[in-house]
Parts: sequence; C-alpha cells; structure tokens
Amino acid sequence: MGGKQDPTTANGSPKSEPTATKNTTPDLLNSFFSFKSLKLKTKQQELLLRVSILGLVYVLAFIARLFSVLRYESMIHEFDPYFNYRTTLFLTEKGFHEFWNWFDSESWYPLGRIIGGTLYPGLMVTAALIYWALRFLRFFVHIREVCVLTAPFFASNTTVVAYFFGKEIWDTGAGLVAAALIAICPGYISRSVAGSYDNEAVAIFALLLTFYLFVKAVKTGSLSWALGSAFGYFYMVSAWGGYVFIINLVPLYVLVMLITGRYSMRLYVAYNCMYILGMLLAMQIRFVGFQHVQSGEHMGAMGVFLLMQVFYFLDWVKYKLNDTKLFQTFLKITVTSAILVGGIALGVGTASGYISPWTGRFYSLLDPTYAKDHIPIIASVSEHQPTAWSSFMFDYHILLFLFPAGLYFCFKRLSDATIFIVMYGLTSLYFAGVMVRLILVATPAVCLISAIAVSATVKNLTSLLRTKQKVPQTGSTKGVGSSKSSSKVTLDQSQPFQKNGAIALLVGVFYLLSRYAIHCTWVTSEAYSSPSIVLAARGAHGNRIIFDDYREAYYWLRQNTPTDAKVMSWWDYGYQITAMGNRTVIVDNNTWNNTHIATVGRAMSSYEDEAYDIMRSLDVNYVLVVFGGVTGYSSDDINKFLWMVRIGGGVYPVIKEPDYLVNGEFRVDKGASPKMLNCLMYKLCYYRFGELVTEYGKPAGYDRARGVEIGNKDIKLEHLEEAYTTSNWIVRIYRVKPPTNRV
Amino acid sequence: MAARIWIFAVVVVLAISLSLPSSSASPQDLQIVNAERRIDLSSHIVKAFLTLKVENIGKDPALDMLLAFPPTQIKHLAMVQALAITGKKKKKTYLPLDVKPTEQPDAPNDTGYFLVTFATPLTPGETVTLEVLYILTHSLEPFPSEITQAEAQLVYYRDSAVILSPYHIKQQTSFFKTPSTRVESFTSVDPANRAGKEIKYGPYEDRAPYSYAPVIVHFENNSPFAVVEELVREIEISHWGSLQITENYKLTHGGARHKGVFSRVDYQSRRSISGSSSFNALLAVLPPRVNSVYYRDDIGNISTSHLRPGFKKSELEFEPRYPLFGGWRATFIIGYRVPLEDYLFESPDGRRYLNFTFGCPLVETIVNKLTLKVVLPEGSKDPSAVLPFTVNQDLQVKYSYLDIVGRTVVVLQKDNVVPTHNVPFQVYYTFKPIYMLAEPFMLVSAFFFVFVASLAYVHIDLNIAKK
Repeated sequence: MGGKQDPTTANGSPKSEPTATKNTTPDLLNSFFSFKSLKLKTKQQELLLRVSILGLVYVLAFIARLFSVLRYESMIHEFDPYFNYRTTLFLTEKGFHEFWNWFDSESWYPLGRIIGGTLYPGLMVTAALIYWALRFLRFFVHIREVCVLTAPFFASNTTVVAYFFGKEIWDTGAGLVAAALIAICPGYISRSVAGSYDNEAVAIFALLLTFYLFVKAVKTGSLSWALGSAFGYFYMVSAWGGYVFIINLVPLYVLVMLITGRYSMRLYVAYNCMYILGMLLAMQIRFVGFQHVQSGEHMGAMGVFLLMQVFYFLDWVKYKLNDTKLFQTFLKITVTSAILVGGIALGVGTASGYISPWTGRFYSLLDPTYAKDHIPIIASVSEHQPTAWSSFMFDYHILLFLFPAGLYFCFKRLSDATIFIVMYGLTSLYFAGVMVRLILVATPAVCLISAIAVSATVKNLTSLLRTKQKVPQTGSTKGVGSSKSSSKVTLDQSQPFQKNGAIALLVGVFYLLSRYAIHCTWVTSEAYSSPSIVLAARGAHGNRIIFDDYREAYYWLRQNTPTDAKVMSWWDYGYQITAMGNRTVIVDNNTWNNTHIATVGRAMSSYEDEAYDIMRSLDVNYVLVVFGGVTGYSSDDINKFLWMVRIGGGVYPVIKEPDYLVNGEFRVDKGASPKMLNCLMYKLCYYRFGELVTEYGKPAGYDRARGVEIGNKDIKLEHLEEAYTTSNWIVRIYRVKPPTNRV
Repeated sequence: MAARIWIFAVVVVLAISLSLPSSSASPQDLQIVNAERRIDLSSHIVKAFLTLKVENIGKDPALDMLLAFPPTQIKHLAMVQALAITGKKKKKTYLPLDVKPTEQPDAPNDTGYFLVTFATPLTPGETVTLEVLYILTHSLEPFPSEITQAEAQLVYYRDSAVILSPYHIKQQTSFFKTPSTRVESFTSVDPANRAGKEIKYGPYEDRAPYSYAPVIVHFENNSPFAVVEELVREIEISHWGSLQITENYKLTHGGARHKGVFSRVDYQSRRSISGSSSFNALLAVLPPRVNSVYYRDDIGNISTSHLRPGFKKSELEFEPRYPLFGGWRATFIIGYRVPLEDYLFESPDGRRYLNFTFGCPLVETIVNKLTLKVVLPEGSKDPSAVLPFTVNQDLQVKYSYLDIVGRTVVVLQKDNVVPTHNVPFQVYYTFKPIYMLAEPFMLVSAFFFVFVASLAYVHIDLNIAKK
C-alpha cells in the first residue's frame, strides 16, 4: 500500500470494518499521521483491544478499592488485619527464621501463642516479599503502605486470572466480561479494599488461580499445568484456611466426572499430580502439617485419589481382558473390595484417633444451626451468621439474575470446564448462604457464570445484528450453511422484529450493566470503605464528625502504661490492643482457647469482687471496655454482653443467662435484673455515666445507643479505678488496684 | 544542711582562688557597681535578665569578664547571651557580645563560667553596662511531686538571693516573678518582701566575690510543662522545588506526676478546676508558604489539628490524641513542605547553601535532645554547617527513593534547646545540577527496557518443537 492511496484503504478493507462509523477512523488517522505502515490487522486490533480492556480493568480494580484511603487514610482496617500487620512488621524486622519460630507472649496471657505454628503465613510473606522487592528497587516505602495496598493489588491480579479462566471455560469475550465484573463486584470488594489486609485478600487470587490451572490441566492433560495448579494450591494453603474448599471441591468434581463417564487420562494426570504434589507442599505449612492425611475433612480427596487408581487399574484390566463378562465379575469384586478396604481403613483410622473427626467449624458449614447450639464463639461473630437475602442482593446485584442464565448456557454447552464452574458456583453459593463471609468465595464463580450469560447474550444479539447487514452484500456469513436462499428467507421474514428486539435487548443489557457499575461504586464508597477503627458520622450541619476514640485509647495504653501491663478486654479488641497499644492481652481474635475466653466472659458477667479474684489470678492490670452510650455507637460491649454470658456460661455453669434477662428481654434501664445492674461490665460501662447529660431534653444518664435511661446511676467501684476514658467515651480503661494490705 | 556544706566549700575554695592570680581578667581588676536581676518564673522555662554595671578598678585594660553559675544551674543552662549598652536613656544602643563557656583552673566547687569578651577593652576607671540573659530549663521542681486531677501544680525554685559572681558587687537587687499570686512560701533573706506576683530580694550592699545565699520559692505554676524528650527534625532538600521537613516528637508532661484516677466527667464538665496543670493543645510556628502539612503518629493520622497559614508565619494548632497529665507521654510526627526558593540560595563562590531555622517549632517548649538532619541531594559534596552556637556535628548516609550512592546527611545535635535557639543556620554544599536528571533518567530507561523486552519477547520464538 502506498502513501497516497487514502480512498482505497478506506474502502479496501472489507473484512475488518463492517460498519460505516469505523470506516472513517482510519481515514482520519491516515490523513493526520500517515500511519499506514503501522496499520494493524484485525487480529492485532483485537489483541490490542483485549489487552487495553484488560489493562483498564486491572487499573479499575485497583483504584475502586482506594475509596477507603481517600475517605479516611492509609490505614489497616478492622480486627484481624491488625494481627496480620503486626506479624508482617515482625517478619520484615526480624527475618523469616525468627518469624517461623515466634512465640508470642503478648497475647493469651499467661498461655502465650506459638504464632509461627498457628498462622497461615502466605499473606505476611507475600507482603514482606513485595516490600523487600520494592526496597531492592530503591523504592523506600513503609511496610504499612505495602500492607494497605496488598489487597487491591491482588484484586487486580484476580481480574487477570478471571479473564484467563473465563477464556478457558467459554471464550475471550466471557473472560473480559468476567474480569470486569469481578473487578467491581461488592462481594469481593468488601474484603479487598485498601487497608483490608486479611488472608482473604490474597486467598481469592490463589483460589481462582488454582482452579484455573486445574481446569487448564484437565483440558490439556498437561503435567506442567497440573504442577502449576499444585503450586497454586500450596499458595492457597499458605494463605487461608479456606483451602479446605479446594481440597473438597476438586475431588467432588473428579467424582462427578467419574460418575458421568467423563473419565479420561487427562483428568487422571491432572488430579493425581495436583493432589500428590499439592498435599506434599501443603505439609510444609506448619499450621496445616499432616492434616491432609490425618483429618476427616481431607479424607474425601484421599478417597477419590484411591478411587482414581482403581479406575485406572480397571481400565487396564478391561483393555487386557477383552472379555465383557469376565470383566463385569472382576469389576464387582474389585469395587466391593476397594470400598470395603477403604471403609475399614477409615473406620480403623477414626477409631484409633489417627484420623481426626470433622471440626466444629466444618460441621457448622454443613449444618447452619450447628454453631448456635454447640459453638457460641463461632455463632457470636456477625460475619458467621447465615446470609440474608438482602445481603445477596447487596453484594451481587444483577449477578443474582445473571447467574441462573449463565448456568443455562453452561449446561447447554457442557464440557469439562463448564462442569467445573457449575459445580464451583453451586457449592460455593450454598456455603455463601450458610455464612455471610463466604459470599466472598462464591463471588468469583458467580462473576464467571454471569459473565458467560452476558457474553453469550451480547454475542448472540450482535451477531444477529451483523448478519442481517451482511447477508445482502457478501453472503459470507457464519451461520449460513447449505441453502443460502432458505436462510435468507427466514431472516427476511423476521428481520424487523429481530432487529428491534435485538437492539432493545442490547440496550437492556447495557442498562443493567451500567446500573451494576453504579451500584458497585456506591456500595464501595458508602458501605465497604470504612476502616471501623475510625468512626465517621454526619453532624447537625452536614459536616463530618470523626470519632477516633479507639486509637486514642490504644495510644494512651501504649504510651502511659507500664510496658508489661496486662489488659483484659473482650476478645474482639485483642488484636488491636497488641498491635496498636503494644500491650499484653488475655484473649484475642484468634479464638483458640474457649476456656480462656469463657474466663474473661465470666469475669465480665460477675459481681466486682468475684471478678476481682479472677482478674488477680490472671494478673490483669487494666480492663478495657467499649461503650457507645454517649455517641450512640451500637456495636459496643453492652450489646455484645449476652454473648459473654453465653460463652462464659458454656464453661462455667455458675453464669446463667436467665439471670441477666427480665422475661427473656435484655434491658439496662430500671427494669433490668439486679445481676445485670451490678455485674462488672455494667459497672465499667456506666461508671459515672449517671452524671452526664448526653442529649438535650433527656435525663442525665440517658444511653443513646439503647435509647433508655440507665437503671443504676450510683455506681461505686471498689477494686478498680478509672484510668482513662476517651473523649467520646467509646473506650473506657480501668486500672485494677493492687490488693489492700491486710490489717 | 547540704547548702551549708556548700557555702563552706565555696568559702574555702574562694580563699584559695583569691590567693592565686587568674589568667585573663583577675577578679581584683573588676568590680560590679550595680547589679539587678529579674527572674521570670511564669513558665517552665526560667528566664533571667541580669543588668550589670562593671567598672575596671585595676591598672591594666580588661578584655573580658566572667559570669559564674553554681553547678546546679550550669547543667540546666540552655543559653547565655550578653549585650553591651552604650549611650543613655533614649539613645541606647545594644551591642551583642561574644559569650563562650570557659574553664577556670581555680573554680571553687565546680562553679561554671562563661567568658564575656568586651567589644572594646575596658580601660582603667571606665565602666560599662551589660545586659545578660540566661535561660534555665528543668529548674522548677514539682512539690508535691505527684498530684491528682483536682489539684493545682506547685513547684520549687532554688536559687541564691545574691548573685554568684567572681567579682565584688557593691549593690544588687533580685526580683522573682511568679505566674500567679499564689506563693506558698519563700526563703527570707533580709531584706526580702513580696508584692503581688513579685518577690524582691535586696538591695544588698557590698557582697564579697562568690557570696551565696540559697533561697527556695514555692509557688503555683500551671503553665504547660511541655518537654520534648527527643526531637528529630529531618530536612530533605529536593532540587525539584521543595523542602520536605519531618519532625519526630517524643513529648512528655514534665510537671508533677499524675496520680490516681483520670475522670472524664470531671475533665469535660469542670474544666477550670480539673486537671489545671494538664494541657491538650499545642502550637507550632511553621514557616510561611507551608504546604502538605500532616500530623500523625505510629498508628495513623491524628485528626485534631488546625492550620492557619500566614504571610510571616503559619500556625499549626494541634492536640495530641489525649490530654497530657503529669508524666504522660505522646509521640507524634509533624511533616510539611516549603518551597525551595525561600530557603536555598547560591553563595558568591558558587556553592549552595540552605538557610533554615534551628530549634523546635513548638512554642514554650524545652527540647532535651534535638537532632537536626539535613539531607542533601544525592551527589552533593563538601557539606559544612554554620551555626551561631556549638553543636555536635556528624555525617551520615541516607537512602531514599531511587538512590544508588545515598544522600549525604549533615547531622546537627544539641541538648537542652529552648525557643531562643530558633535562629537561622546555614549548610553549605556543592551540587552539580546534572545529578538532578539521574532519577528521571533511571525511570525512563527502566520503562524503555520493559518495552524493549516485551518487543523482543513478542518477536522471538522460544519453542523447541516446530508447530
């Protein structure tokens, strides 16, 4: 092509530019830059488009998660991330070896905690590696910034994996849509905003990567993909306890494949390699250890692995025998004996205690009511509650409707990959229904399946629009096979209706998608970007009021108490006190010792002198309570109090829940039970509160969080004294007095 | 008892010292005709103004004179300045004099000395009037040393009723100014009396050299005892147009320790009588045209601050996370940025120099240990600092963004810093502007290599097997 043939180039590319609007663009480009030598072929154009869309999605996923930094500041959020931050800090300061062998005496006093052996180090190691890499590249960032931005960074990476996954199970279009959907899906954003430095931040990436690589391995039968999948699984195991989902879903998938007669050599290679290597690698994580061969939750995978060997063996025998009748008998004998041997092995293992039974957490996933009756400590966490419909709507929005449509498309084009995504989607959605926090696990599947729906619909509709235009011109359309005339006839008949319908549907899809984008942005900025350490409220004049009481209290502890002081508080605040206050706590958010927590719960629900004995036995110097009566902050210790009673009562029967209730009702006003009005928690929260007028026109001692006037205004403390109360009274710290001298 | 031994020792040493001729200005050659001392005790920084009328009664011209301080004061002495007054009444002119610490071989009982050099040698029979300002820190001792929230803070101030001097003083008077009229007690050295906020000692006639009369004043002082135990200020020069200043504070309340409960109800509803010696707001005077100010600590941003920018100075009013009671601590960081052209200049010999203010931006604050780090741009050479007083100097290397050889850091360290130390200082260095391009060049080349690598990756076929 020469330099002056502008008109010919404009007309002379019939394949690439079907529409009239597109024809003008190269014209303009040519006249301005004479770019002809750089002119891209259709395939390259498509690649460029794909890469740039993916790049934009990557950036979008990152910046959508920065709302929290803009609204508040670059800080670590909530509870668990503070522990992760503290351990990461330790790791970067002391090195990996020290970290791995870290015995933390600052928590669970006097028991302590072997941190190196009781955590999933994936997140910390990842952040530390990023930190060290940046320092090596002469970017001297603070470790906090790395931790804050780890979650958005991995969310961006997840979009890329989602693209490839979508491409694998459907096509590139579905991959791009999946990447875009997952980039802003609130279900995922809720746990991956900047500052939400939690295991889930990297785990979802690892989860999706493992699944993607496994599906790829099943499709190709390649050892290298299976190896990649095993390493993805290793990363997942190192990052989050949710790896149990993988180690159960993958065997389940294999089992379904076996049952539906889709057994193949590819599946055999993929699963065996992934399982054996993944298991061996996972054993390197101290917290997981030998669970893969010893715990009931992992036995399914082992069983499927053995079943697979039996299958392979049978296949081989069938090939050798060449006799159906003989084979049938052989099959019966083998299967029966295999099941028998497996059952006996499992029974003996369980009976001898070698194989541990299912844990309570696992049970509570299968049976939503289990935790409520047996493990109050799990049931007391709000994110462990069964999911309400509204939160599904909130987190998925239109995906909730697109999901079934996507399932339809998947079933319509069944393959190894689509079976996998369908199974992933259905099982994870069930778990999402059991526990609010597991919405997160289901989100990638929901996004992928919805993406299939969107992509397939849009593709069908646009191809409908395109074919109509092209049919009269060239006749080289895709769907046209043997009889050109007949197809032309059918097209002509339905053309006006089809065209309008397709356009209307397309507009509808784009409207829905834009609503989705708006909803996601709104949810992200309003609901999911609060660090929950700093509380913000709107003042009477529309101004923003910040309650920074938590950090005020923790910093006060850090600066003005002896370095070896022990602080007793409800376990929710344990991680924050150790990370921000740098003081020893009795219990924290790693709820590994129920008795210890129950002891604290008992102290909080006892009378002061009984509680004093418990506190003396635990060497407690300070007691910290969270109180929202002045500000109207509702998630305070009084509202959590019944859980303390329940957990305390679960271990110490002297604590009885009915003692704190009046006719089954929890009250703090004059009608409250006498035990309630005089227990330690009540006293500490309301000490001298009766003198304070909180709201105009209300009596002194009006609790704004519960909207009542408190029942006990004359609180005297005998063994404790007020050490500090924050400016909005949200955190109150009391000093435990030393025992008085006996006369 | 201790004071008596002390006086005895002074007298003994005095006798020895009188018998020996001193090196520079022998005590016999000078005498102080009239001395007036005003000590301001209204904040925790004790400021003393000394007006001395000095006469040369010897035969030779005197070049300099000595100021003596008891050992209890010498370690708390933050600064001594002297001015010579010439002219009378309305035509007074002040001439700053050179003051430097000195050692005397015959110093009685660890007395510390400062040597004041006259502007012109004092001829025999001539008199000169000097104004001396000296500042004492940590000289108010809280008594009782622990108070509750409801109590006011009472402090002791110990000094001498007569001025310690190696010279004969013919006539002298001392005034102690207390912050309020509440004075619990003061040692009476006749004639001494109190009127309102002022205690007057003297006039005393004809006191021999090294006379000493210890007095204790016990009074109420609720002014904020804001003591910065350690302040590290880092001034990072970027030739791209700004000066980034980061200040790490370790603040404490240096007054009487808080004892017992802290009651929020009392603190917020009975503010006037509750926690009167505590403070919850501080004022920092920052340079004009300051921007990107932040105020945070180890665990995040602190939202209680307010900046008032101005043409002559900017004021940052800020509150620590909690009010500070006696003995409570707070650490925080203040950072800000100022335009480079206001502070960086080129000297006639082609070197560049930074002209910035020494000291601590917080008003009425004592800094126990101040470390000032001037981070020069990468590639700077031959740094040298010029200060009006002596400090410990050191050189370090700091690595910041995209540094390869590291930045030279001039470390200036001084103990016992008071607001009077907020004077300009200079750091000279040589710098070639071409170094400014190093970092952009590195970034550009990094991007370039990424693109080249991807170009190569696309075009090279690494497959072994043929497709």
